[in-house]
Amino acid sequence: MIDLEGIYQTYPGPQGPVEALRGIDLRIAAGEVFGIIGRSGAGKSSLVRTINLLNRPVRGSVKVAGRDLLALNDAELREARRDIGMIFQHFNLLSSRTVFDNVALPLELAGWDARRIRERVSPLLELVGLAAFSERFPSQLSGGQKQRVGIARALASQPKVLLSDEATSALDPETTRSILGLLRDINRELGLTIVLITHQMQVIKQVADRVAVIDAGRIIESGPVLQVFSQPQQALTRSLIEDVVPQALPEAVRERVRAQLAADPDHSARLLRLVFAGAEGERPILSEAVRRFDLDLSIVHGQVDEVHGEPFGSLSVLARGPAGRVAEAVAHWRLAGLQVEELSHV
Amino acid sequence: MFDRFTAELLQLMLDSFWETVLMVGISGLLGTLIGLPLGVYLRLTDAGGVLENRWANRLVGTVVNAVRSTPFIILLVAVIPLTRLLTGSSIGTAAAVVPLTLAAAPFAARLIEASLREVDGGLIEAAQAMGASTRQIVFKVLLPEALPGIVAGITITLVSLTGYSAMAGAIGGGGLGDLGIRYGYQRFLPEVMAVVVLVLIVFVQALQSIGDWLVRRLAHR
Repeated sequence: MIDLEGIYQTYPGPQGPVEALRGIDLRIAAGEVFGIIGRSGAGKSSLVRTINLLNRPVRGSVKVAGRDLLALNDAELREARRDIGMIFQHFNLLSSRTVFDNVALPLELAGWDARRIRERVSPLLELVGLAAFSERFPSQLSGGQKQRVGIARALASQPKVLLSDEATSALDPETTRSILGLLRDINRELGLTIVLITHQMQVIKQVADRVAVIDAGRIIESGPVLQVFSQPQQALTRSLIEDVVPQALPEAVRERVRAQLAADPDHSARLLRLVFAGAEGERPILSEAVRRFDLDLSIVHGQVDEVHGEPFGSLSVLARGPAGRVAEAVAHWRLAGLQVEELSHV
Repeated sequence: MFDRFTAELLQLMLDSFWETVLMVGISGLLGTLIGLPLGVYLRLTDAGGVLENRWANRLVGTVVNAVRSTPFIILLVAVIPLTRLLTGSSIGTAAAVVPLTLAAAPFAARLIEASLREVDGGLIEAAQAMGASTRQIVFKVLLPEALPGIVAGITITLVSLTGYSAMAGAIGGGGLGDLGIRYGYQRFLPEVMAVVVLVLIVFVQALQSIGDWLVRRLAHR
């Protein structure tokens, strides 16, 4: 659906041109929710604006729904943009228009008559749950309601792709969840391809199928969300995941573990971090190891969650047992598909 | 003291008031009609605008500033050839409308440009993402969003024009200001001048109140 190849982009800065994107290749399949995450200034905004050519790359090719956008003239590009809806962090609603008229705007721009506009807008307001608010002005709405108007507006021209530029960053956690739920529903019901950029891993965790991590204008890591969460390759990815799945032990826990290790007479105890994702999360991995290797396991820290209905978690355990058995258990877990890390640095 | 306000003088004041209304109204309307596209053009060609063009912006900006810097009393006489060309005469109320319009247009243009600048760039970006043309961005987004600011700007322009119109007496334009100078100052009738000033205060107050009321009605912030 979206095919970016060798995208380079620069913008003029005070000390000469600044490279915002440095060789981005990205393929996003139809019907997928694709997340792009990175710190501020990493190039996320430039990247998402490349997809509808709000920012023109200096080099590279941009294909959306089989069309080479860079080859289009102005009129053709305006036409092509109707296939690409966009929602924004600050909603960007017109304060002079009512909710209804805001959603109608893209249709007015496309030259629809009033009757067809009414027929299209009313069900959209129904879809986003704002049918009762159609005559209100944006200033009379909450942030979450404004974003719902933004979503309805973006869907008005029946796009194939929806771009979300930090659409939940200005919202509180609960509203964020409900907006992300709405995006997920739209993705399922309309088969819409969604590209969302964010700096919050929580957002990726809740809606994305695949994720790409962007840093200094390059994609440094990408893959299915569960895979990136359970096996992050880059330090930056790790630190971004930290928000959702703690990667390091909190200081208080560390202190307690240190005391326990010091009290251990034969130094056989090991502090291990087990990361499991998908099917192996449903197996009785801990009790199995306790029985087979005669171990004592105490859970010191951890989190179990789900990503797309798949169990996903990370547990830090203090393992004690007869000589060599802890190492055997580690080998067994690894064979079963778990990530096991020894946290000897406590 | 009121015996000085003969029926004749009252009629004269009424006529002068009407002349002021005509001068301010017509030049305000024409000035806005010229200033509006100028303001839009300045906004669009400025850095970051949809039609960014540094040289065109600078050129138009310089002309606008040049007219605004010219003292009105000098503008009044400097454009006499143009006035004669357009109205067939260099004196009278109609003639005064020409320099007043010329003074109002760049003034209104700058105020309109400033209120267009208040429109969040995100709205323009959103419109572009929807496939809006430049024309649609101007008429569907920029002007409606800036309308309260534009109305406030036009109100200020009208109030300034009321002040300028007092100088129109220099070319026989008439109006209340002129009456105040000729009767109040030159003929030693201070009461006439006081009444003229009072009427002008009420007039400007009314203009401002109507403008403010309109702005409140239009703004949905």
